[in-house]
Amino acid sequence: MRLLTHNMLSCNIKGVTNGFPLRIEAEKVVEKQLEINHDFLRNIFPKIDWKAFSDASRIMGYHELPEEPPEPSVLESDAEFLGKFHHALLELHLEEGALICPETGRKFPVSKGIPNMLLLEDEV
Amino acid sequence: MKLKQLESLLGDLQQFSNPKVELEQYPTGPHIASRLLYTAENSFDDISNKVVADFGCGCGTLGAAAALLGAEQVIGIDIDSQSLEIASMNAEDLELDIDFVQCDIGNLGWRGQIVDTVVMNPPFGTRKKGVDMDFLFVALKVASRAVYSLHKTSTRDYIKRAALRDLNASSAEVLCELRFDVPQLYKFHKKKEVDIAVDLWRFVPKRSRGKKD
Ligand SMILES: C[S@@+](CC[C@H](N)C(=O)[O-])C[C@H]1O[C@@H](n2cnc3c(N)ncnc32)[C@H](O)[C@@H]1O
Repeated sequence: MRLLTHNMLSCNIKGVTNGFPLRIEAEKVVEKQLEINHDFLRNIFPKIDWKAFSDASRIMGYHELPEEPPEPSVLESDAEFLGKFHHALLELHLEEGALICPETGRKFPVSKGIPNMLLLEDEV
Repeated sequence: MKLKQLESLLGDLQQFSNPKVELEQYPTGPHIASRLLYTAENSFDDISNKVVADFGCGCGTLGAAAALLGAEQVIGIDIDSQSLEIASMNAEDLELDIDFVQCDIGNLGWRGQIVDTVVMNPPFGTRKKGVDMDFLFVALKVASRAVYSLHKTSTRDYIKRAALRDLNASSAEVLCELRFDVPQLYKFHKKKEVDIAVDLWRFVPKRSRGKKD
């Protein structure tokens, strides 16, 4: 699972009002190279919840992203920033670990890169 | 990529080894899958450089086709772990980076509208009534650009009305009518292959909600 996916997933247990962002427990992170696509990064940037994303990147062992959301203008001018954004968003994969609901602490295991978000009967 | 080439790559994918009746597990054949994605890309520009989600991805045929046509990120979601394992292997064989999530589409927790396009061949709801509409409801909530889906032609009027009235679609068009060979996977199918009429739909979600920018 990449951080782009993490930036959308939330916990949907019945009664939970704020299931986003899921806290990451990282046991194994892998990197897979992907060609950078500047236009895609510029389009996706305003849709990203920056805090959730940059916190997640640090848990995944990557410490190059600013904690505060950068000005959108850096996307035009700063190739180095684009490279870091690309790397954290699309090249880091959570291979083994868990996602944890911020409200209930319920753990969703991640195995072979696939988060298991199935709910139990009494959670629906 | 040429259509023929796409179709032939999809034809090599591994499909359900032990299809589960209650989940309506049968694959979209390479002919239909390749045309669905090819149309989405070439007529509507809904695939390349986009974030594409494949709902009820099964062994990943539609998602793989999206990735082959240049989707920037593909996310395949299915309730069944065995299918997801096969889908992962298929993606690996084609050297495609696809994210998979195990989840019941009806309970999907999703923030914002990062997904541009949803592609899906949902269960028709013959085993679990209404599941096709559950898929469509969630897809139209999640997608910001378009939803491509296959539904039985016999339900055409109903789908159109429900999509426009209740499911947040601003348009609902049948792109073409297809013959879908559902192979004789299940005992209750008497004939070897059951050939049913299926519509390929393109839905556009209403723009207003949840858009930050
Ligand atoms: C008709 S098959 C299509 C498979 C694949 N998309 C394809 O085109 O080859 C329907 C798929 O939906 C999955 N499914 C059924 N109910 C589901 C649910 N509630 N949530 C998520 N997936 C579901 C099944 O496991 C199956 O893989």
